[in-house]
Amino acid sequence: MTTAACSIEAIASSRRKRQNRRRTLLVAAALLLVAMFILTLMLGQSFTPPADVIRVLLGQDVPGASFTVGQLRLPRAVMAILAGLSFGLAGAAFQTMLRNPLASPDIIGISVGASAAAVFAIVVLSLSGPIVSLFAVLSGLGVALLIYGLSFRNGVAGTRLILVGIGVSAMLESFIAYILSKAPAWSLQEAMRWLTGSVNGAQLGQALPLLGALIVFGGLLLLRSRDLEALRLGDDMAAALGTNVARTRALVIFAAVGTIAVATAVTGPIAFVAFLSGPIAARMVGAQGSLLIPAALVGAVLVLVGDYCGQFLLPGRYPVGVVTGALGAPYLIYLIIRVNRTGKSL
Amino acid sequence: MTQHSLTVSDLAAGYSDRLVLDHLALDIPANGITAIVGANACGKSTLLRVMSRLLSPRSGQVLLDGKSIHSMPPRQLARTLGLLPQSPIAPEGITVADLVSRGRHPHQGILSRWTHADDEAVAAALEATKTFDLAERAVDELSGGQRQRVWIAMALAQQTDLLLLDEPTTFLDISHQVEVLDLLTDLNKTRGTTIVMVLHDLNLAARYADYLVAMTDGRIHAAGSPNEILTEDTVQTVFGLQSRIIPDPTSGRPLMLPIGRHGMIHK
Repeated sequence: MTTAACSIEAIASSRRKRQNRRRTLLVAAALLLVAMFILTLMLGQSFTPPADVIRVLLGQDVPGASFTVGQLRLPRAVMAILAGLSFGLAGAAFQTMLRNPLASPDIIGISVGASAAAVFAIVVLSLSGPIVSLFAVLSGLGVALLIYGLSFRNGVAGTRLILVGIGVSAMLESFIAYILSKAPAWSLQEAMRWLTGSVNGAQLGQALPLLGALIVFGGLLLLRSRDLEALRLGDDMAAALGTNVARTRALVIFAAVGTIAVATAVTGPIAFVAFLSGPIAARMVGAQGSLLIPAALVGAVLVLVGDYCGQFLLPGRYPVGVVTGALGAPYLIYLIIRVNRTGKSL
Repeated sequence: MTQHSLTVSDLAAGYSDRLVLDHLALDIPANGITAIVGANACGKSTLLRVMSRLLSPRSGQVLLDGKSIHSMPPRQLARTLGLLPQSPIAPEGITVADLVSRGRHPHQGILSRWTHADDEAVAAALEATKTFDLAERAVDELSGGQRQRVWIAMALAQQTDLLLLDEPTTFLDISHQVEVLDLLTDLNKTRGTTIVMVLHDLNLAARYADYLVAMTDGRIHAAGSPNEILTEDTVQTVFGLQSRIIPDPTSGRPLMLPIGRHGMIHK
């Protein structure tokens, strides 16, 4: 074929422009996250100067700051970031895979499944530590399989899966409520976490399993991100482009459930972060390229800032899930109204 | 011009509770334009789905150059055989250039970088489909005819020697239908791309295809050149329609005139 060099150059330069724009936005989002991280370490009930924060981060002993920053604020901020990354990543993976913003794990019952198992393990079986995470992961996978199985008929249709998921989610929520009603009164504060999600009382030691899960499962998702992108064009088109649709789906479900379940086992289901991050990221980067990394960054900012607002900017102290829940609910209503107007299916 | 053979042998296929195709055999002529026609639910789309490996056969095989496409690595197959499904989805807000460049998917590995060959393929695909000037536009804003050309551009960027299309002219007005079929004919003539398409319109199929496959009830009723195949008998058997066939004064191909119950001038 003879295609003029100038038209090839035009295509190449338009592609580079798209890539540069995306890169710039990603760097901006990452910088925003770092800035928020430092800010939340500086601010609180008392102000810590940035120099002291950095010294604490470098492991030096600073009287006063070592406790407020090192023991109180840092574990909380680290946990918020890791949980936010996990929720954002897994949410966007599900939404991309099923081509539907409602298909996020916190809407279709997977987070609730993980959370129900964690509540059961903690309250009824009196377990704690990594075994709770394991429980949550297995139960998250179990719920994913259940929803998948219940909605399977000649392949899986997105809408059917979402409706089945909402039903399963409602059942599991009542199960959590039941267990919590049997729990001793002194553990009520702890129990709140399983309803809305919270990073209260975070410890750095809890961050390790979260980080590990994020690296393993998140890495798996990122390796599949090109195939996931192909799925956005429809299952048939993805297959025509050489994607193994069934295998990609299975891997993405496994990895996304793993990511979300481990995070949920630590922080509880932080409301709507998985649901909100993908659409916000899509507004940010447009249709250009995968939403996984942008959504993860958005999720981390959401949880970090949401937790700060819940602690210091609102009258009284609220867990982060209350803040993100208040953000997410209007968006859910907006989505449903829009679907109603345009007459599209879910 | 590479010659590929695409053969269907003793094929049975269907969906969970229903067998749609049974004992079906077909040879797709290399470097030709094949149109599959038939009434609704005769199995023509199912056949195309099996030939493009969207559906696995119950028994029998689809052979590309003698090898079963259902046991070939999907990426490798996607570099030789392309498919434009009936209703592909354009992600919200995607630009034409971005969408077309996704046709390069099977040529790229997990970590491989975008190459000059990729840019060249995209530019060539945009030029061939006359969508170069639309490159920066959002796909959502385009007219139906433009959008279909963009999807074909994407399939072209895939650079396959065979291209399967499932009703590429549905939802288009007549001028755009002709435009799309002209474009496919150009491809076939200039690059020797083997084209296989399911078409609804019998007359357009007879006008553009070298090889016509008429299906009824999951079987092939007849296959051959339009002049051999498009007869009053075939139309009666395949569509259950009484018709008259006359030579098309402009192309010399057969032209089918449906009669219906009110079509006659005198009894």
